Amino acid sequence: MTTHTAFVLNGEPVATQVRPDTTVLDLLRDHLGRKGTKEGCAEGDCGACTILFRRGGDAETPMLAANSCIMSVAQIDGGEIVTVEGLAGDGAVLNAVQDEMAKNGSSQCGFCTPGIAVALTGLLACNPDPDEDAIHDALAGNLCRCTGYRPIVDAARAAAARMRAEPAPAPATGENLVTSHTDAGGATAHRPRDLRGLLMLRRDHPDAVLLAGGTDLGVPLAGYETTWPETITTGHVAELRRVETGDGRWTFGAAVTWEEVLKAVAEDYPSFATLIRRFGSTQIRSMGTIGGNIGTASPIGDGPPALIALGATITLVSLEGGERTMRLEDFFLDYRKTELRPDEVIASVTVPRARAGEILRTYKISKRYDQDISTVCGAYWLAMDGGTVSDIRIAYGGMAATPKRASHAEAALRGKALTVATAREAGAALASDFKPLTDWRGSATYRERTAAGLLERLARDVAGETVEVMAL
Amino acid sequence: MNKHVQPVQRAVVGKGIAHDSAKKHVSGEAVYIDDMADIPGTLHAALILSPVAHGTLNGVDTAKAEAMAGVAAIVTAGDIPGHNDIAPILSDEPLFAEQALDYIGMPVGAVAAETFEQAVRAAHAVQFDLTEQTPVLDIEEAHARGEHVIAPQRLISGDVDAALDAADRIVEGRLEIGGQDHFYLETQIAYAIPGEDGDMTVHSSTQHPTEVQHHVAHVLGGYANAVDVQVRRMGGGFGGKESQATIIACAAALLARKTGCPVRMRLKRSADMSATGKRHDMVSRWRVGVTDEGRIVGADVEYLARAGNTADLTGPVITRSLTHTDNAYHFPAARLVGHACKTNTVSNTAFRGFGGPQGVITSEAMIDQIARELKMDPNRVRAINYYGPDTGETTPYGQPVEQNRLVEVTDLVLQSAEWQRRRAEIDEHNAADPVIRRGLAMMPVKFGISFNLPSLNQAGALVHVYQDGSVHLNHGGTEMGQGLFVKVAQVVAEVFQLDMEAVKITATHTGKVPNTSPTAASTGSDLNGMAAFKAATAIRARMTPVAAQHFEVAEDEIVFREGRVHAGNRSISFAELARMSWAARVSLSEAGHYATPKIHWDGKTMKGRPFFYFTYGAAVAEVAIDTLTGENRCLRADILQDCGASLNTAIDLGQIEGAFVQGMGWLTCEELWWDDKGRLRTVGPSTYKIPGSRDVPPAFNVAILESAPNAEETVFRSKAVGEPPLMLAVSVWLALRDAVASCGKPGLSPNLRTPATPEAVLDAIDDIRARSA
Repeated sequence: MTTHTAFVLNGEPVATQVRPDTTVLDLLRDHLGRKGTKEGCAEGDCGACTILFRRGGDAETPMLAANSCIMSVAQIDGGEIVTVEGLAGDGAVLNAVQDEMAKNGSSQCGFCTPGIAVALTGLLACNPDPDEDAIHDALAGNLCRCTGYRPIVDAARAAAARMRAEPAPAPATGENLVTSHTDAGGATAHRPRDLRGLLMLRRDHPDAVLLAGGTDLGVPLAGYETTWPETITTGHVAELRRVETGDGRWTFGAAVTWEEVLKAVAEDYPSFATLIRRFGSTQIRSMGTIGGNIGTASPIGDGPPALIALGATITLVSLEGGERTMRLEDFFLDYRKTELRPDEVIASVTVPRARAGEILRTYKISKRYDQDISTVCGAYWLAMDGGTVSDIRIAYGGMAATPKRASHAEAALRGKALTVATAREAGAALASDFKPLTDWRGSATYRERTAAGLLERLARDVAGETVEVMAL
Repeated sequence: MNKHVQPVQRAVVGKGIAHDSAKKHVSGEAVYIDDMADIPGTLHAALILSPVAHGTLNGVDTAKAEAMAGVAAIVTAGDIPGHNDIAPILSDEPLFAEQALDYIGMPVGAVAAETFEQAVRAAHAVQFDLTEQTPVLDIEEAHARGEHVIAPQRLISGDVDAALDAADRIVEGRLEIGGQDHFYLETQIAYAIPGEDGDMTVHSSTQHPTEVQHHVAHVLGGYANAVDVQVRRMGGGFGGKESQATIIACAAALLARKTGCPVRMRLKRSADMSATGKRHDMVSRWRVGVTDEGRIVGADVEYLARAGNTADLTGPVITRSLTHTDNAYHFPAARLVGHACKTNTVSNTAFRGFGGPQGVITSEAMIDQIARELKMDPNRVRAINYYGPDTGETTPYGQPVEQNRLVEVTDLVLQSAEWQRRRAEIDEHNAADPVIRRGLAMMPVKFGISFNLPSLNQAGALVHVYQDGSVHLNHGGTEMGQGLFVKVAQVVAEVFQLDMEAVKITATHTGKVPNTSPTAASTGSDLNGMAAFKAATAIRARMTPVAAQHFEVAEDEIVFREGRVHAGNRSISFAELARMSWAARVSLSEAGHYATPKIHWDGKTMKGRPFFYFTYGAAVAEVAIDTLTGENRCLRADILQDCGASLNTAIDLGQIEGAFVQGMGWLTCEELWWDDKGRLRTVGPSTYKIPGSRDVPPAFNVAILESAPNAEETVFRSKAVGEPPLMLAVSVWLALRDAVASCGKPGLSPNLRTPATPEAVLDAIDDIRARSA
């Protein structure tokens, strides 16, 4: 029985005996005295708490930005963390990003600034020559209320140029071992290393929180609205961390992160890649997993509509019941209700790769382009036979209690040419598919109108028109 | 006409010097109140909030919460030894609810515990015995029921009814203007440390240390001299920490008094957004009389403002809406009326612009509507209604519009933005009836600088010169990121001709400089800069004779330059003179005080000269809208802002850019959404969307008007900058209207509410298409 959590912080080994359901932000600030990392929102949206993180056992992967406010200590054992205090390293006071930010007027009140310096350092470690788009992508998880961002983007560019000219040493990192569990302060975290171990724990601890990236579950934890006396993490389960490619499909282990999914699908499905970039910042994508996004069964998750349109299947597994595989669309039963049984876990998601003559488009409507939750998310997969739609799958998020196929709209287009006129007919058919709700993201009427409008956009997009204001 | 003189070359003032804390910001070393080390025995605190929007509180059951681990104390209204009142202007605005529960999130009490987590959990465990009542949530409903927190304000000039009767035509309109959460990155926080004899030191993230001091004394039942309030820096303020910080500071002080322990209280983001006030959402309605040529002859304008449950600062906010309804335009007759509607929602408060933005957007909506209904170029309508530069025209409140730079800033920005070429291109693009429409708009801003209430227009500063020549600077202004501290330090460095490093910036402290005004209304550097200038100048004036005696020359031959004191070709260091002055028993310390001249205001007649001067700015914005979804984006913005002779061009540029983007957020993506129970459902950044880096226009050309020193005697002839550029973002909303208008028949004016979310834009498109059919 291990009573501590060990990890590497800014190059130095640290062992702590805090409860594993403590947030990493509270650990850093309240227990380790690292006050540079700030709490701005406690829901993984503002980025003031950004750290660089590498999971234990993932020595080959780069350190990526993550939100320490919604990350729990259960997730960091054996891992590495760099905070703003550790960015410069080697006795230097400031790294190039920090120095350029200080010179460029990139801070006013300064409260978001450490998180931004960390996020941009993470970007430049992976991408030494980022274009404007890549810089915005790296900043999608960081809010600044003072500056208007222009000087921050300028500083990122200037720092990149400097680092290309004279590469600075990367922040210090180290190695550590992942321990199988931690029991501290009355809470336990189990860290199975293989699928069989996970399934045994799942069977034996049905009330334990099954924790993947924690980007959803971590929000009530950060708000002190819940505690997790018992946690089972999936992040070290070898089988769940794999991406298998072959036979015209990918099989993503459930604990594969969205950042990893993004890299895998970007070439086949650029439209899906754009959606993945938009639905979560780097901080969220580096932690959030494909299995978690499906398992949490949110009606407004952006992964499921795209995956359903692509014809993805999901494989569930339990110790007694073995494996079962189903179409992803059949996995969702009702609001936050799924096929998953108490002893089961999501093992993998299988996604067909792109083939000639097939089209995938995804469109997301939200109040803000980046890092927002969809009002409506539409995903459209079409197989074309000449000018005719020979097969079609349309799925929407935000339109019903679950992510759902639009079968009437599909029927309206199947066997027809895809034109503005047929798209409008399909849009009208959506009334038979969905009865959406009104909430703070949009009224029912707006959702209905926009879901239909997106079908017209699809027709125009496939015909080659510029259809999105962000493309201008 | 403006007398543009070449600015004097100065050593420090006018340079683009970086924020004094920039290196500490990027390294994470800058200390905010939550970063201060705990004094042993420190307790952590959280607020207990009302769960209902309208109800009667029969009792609070704290037994369960009190039994929870770590809980040290719980306080409610009955535990207040002094007065349960934190009203900034009026009275009877409670710190903690007594019987009446007036909104969801209204503070009912507070918990102190060993850890913050324990305090938050205990606060959630408090049980209420209450009787729920139906809330009033809608502004217009409250107005119809006669529910107001204060009497209406009426600003009247001329005979507007006669003017409207005589007008060639009447233009009538209505605009729903959304509110805005401040979303400072650092949530509200205070750290109260009890001392001997009932003293209380409070570190408060506040824009108004004096108000915190007075209210803590009031709540504790003591005198202001027992309360010492300090603030080194805030993680953003934007007006949200002007009156609202008192809630947190008073609750922390109350718990500190009760427990005898230091108490740190901070608000989780959701508690902050539920419990503290925001920018007022308003409905404005107008009837404007115009000639066939588009000249305004009279304006009859009414505002319904959401005060929330109490008055707080709503009165002066409405005053500023009324005094900015003219924006840049002369109204020969006007009746401007503002109603402060009482609703069961959080009491709204100061927010950058302070009612000005609602006035300016109403003004620009009227102009745009006039232009569209008369089928005129909106910029032509603007030009013919501008206050004339030499006509001596006065505002509806009777102040002449002096140093008028409207035509100058407009012409310059139209030119730099290549208006004519782009206007033609956009019209051509839209004529092809594409799904993606474009829009273009220009607008000016004239903004009055000074608090409307004359008594607030004063400031103090305390400057010490030590014997080693180093300088200690303190003043009543607070640093919230806007760069006030570096600007005031530049002023002092300039007076003594020292390097910036010689001037120590210190935390605002009610024990050093008393009776301060809030750092608000853009006046921070005008007021505190001038107070510090006077203090430093007085010390220099006392050091000069010492130098003259040393060099045996006349005083007027003494020159302070580059850290030394010169007499002809002889010099000594500033430090040497400081030591000599001490030895000569000359005081090297001075409390400077400044009171803005020329201003006066009669709140009853709403006439006077409330503003020392006006600032001017103009912006051109281009947008694109998607007519299928309402999605929209600002593609380019060109901005020109008058900063007088800027004290610090880098800081001012940051203020302009930041204010514009914040204004864009107010008008586009930031939507406050209450459900039918009165619960605000947008209480965190996952649901309340402030602009991100990609929302900044990809072409963003921002310039400061050159060679434009203030004609009034402000500190080094500078002008205030904090708020005015926020209103330039109205250009983005006007451009969205322009794009929407392209979907309808000529002669129709779009109905576009704010924030112009995708849904609002799509609704406006539907509306104008329906009217065109």
